[in-house]
Amino acid sequence: MYTQALNSSDGDDRGIEDAARAAAFQARIDDDERIEPNDWMPAAYRKTLTRQISQHAHSEIVGMLPEGNWITRAPSLRRKAALLAKVQDECGHGLYLYAAAETLGTSREELVDLMLSGKAKYSSIFNYPTLTWADIGTIGWLVDGAAIMNQIPLCRCSYGPYARAMIRVCKEESFHQRQGFEIMVTLCRGTEEQKAMAQDALNRWWWPVLMMFGPPDKVSQHSDTSTKWKIKRFSNDELRQKFVDATVPQAQFLGLTIPDPGMTQNESGNWVYSEIDWAEFNQVLAGNGPCNRERLAARRKAHDDGAWVREAAAAYAEKRKARLLAQAAE
Amino acid sequence: MPTPNTPLWEVFIRSRNGLAHKHVGSLHASDATLALQAARDIYTRRGEGLSIWVVPSNAITASDPSEKGMMFEPAESKIYRHPTFYDVPDEVGHM
Repeated sequence: MYTQALNSSDGDDRGIEDAARAAAFQARIDDDERIEPNDWMPAAYRKTLTRQISQHAHSEIVGMLPEGNWITRAPSLRRKAALLAKVQDECGHGLYLYAAAETLGTSREELVDLMLSGKAKYSSIFNYPTLTWADIGTIGWLVDGAAIMNQIPLCRCSYGPYARAMIRVCKEESFHQRQGFEIMVTLCRGTEEQKAMAQDALNRWWWPVLMMFGPPDKVSQHSDTSTKWKIKRFSNDELRQKFVDATVPQAQFLGLTIPDPGMTQNESGNWVYSEIDWAEFNQVLAGNGPCNRERLAARRKAHDDGAWVREAAAAYAEKRKARLLAQAAE
Repeated sequence: MPTPNTPLWEVFIRSRNGLAHKHVGSLHASDATLALQAARDIYTRRGEGLSIWVVPSNAITASDPSEKGMMFEPAESKIYRHPTFYDVPDEVGHM
């Protein structure tokens, strides 16, 4: 998924770097070369990417929670198998991304601790609850749809390990969106109640999904450096517009109404949406969304409950190593 | 005593088409058996391969990027090592 909103950089920390190396680095970026882990890079590039990739990873892991909520209540075995596979994919995406973030020099344990302590952010979208089965359809269709819009340009990001991880993620994400849309088609062709449930889910998710792309360009402070470094290739508003234009016809196909009565289509065919409630976005980012506390508590509990497994595996590995050494000495 | 950081492994997978094992990514596991199982779960959920290698990351010796000029330039200047360097008359056809 899921990180446009977290794409902020630390452009201000520079200046102490060796100017010649920085110039050579920028020349490589301008030439569309990929930067690899052992290459020299400005400290701020390293810091920006560590934060962005790890927050992206946290989002994948926390993103398992709202959907995991419905695995035991999926309406059929087919839906259950698909949802289980999707949630497993999200875990895999988190792991590819943690591995990419670690190549910048911060350990997995430190990255995870930053999330558990609440210091590192994850995508605001996962702080909303999944109240009905239609939410699972809507998440696949819209949340994963928005994620794909964000992630496709990241496949060409200047940092090699991140770009490679994103290529894998994007290949798998397409199944997520299609399975979500299929759920929506089924509900919309079903009973009145089912269609109403689909509409209700769209009503609740539409605006939070638009917020996933991050603050509007006019207030987004950090984009310049990320753009210069080719971490970010499109602005928040450009991606948001692309998403809206792709989604409106899909909603029309489903016979659902996007909860924005003021939405109009302009002469160039773009759908112009109403003002987004950024106060809500800031509240959720500040930790006051509907499920922030619940999500963090669930992650902490999983981490604590798994501690004995990590300890036992480490102890077993030590014991085996000692035994092999003893055998070799005999 | 705190649990030590879990070791890092590099994962290589040979795909169905009989090509060589190819690096696909890395993972953390406390020993080789767990590393293989984790590699199966993380990197082969869609039939990506028929064989997996896992190698402790600290066992890999890498060339130094700052010496890449010295390492690779000698190959770049020897264009006569490529078949396209040589002219074959058109009448001869494909060779």
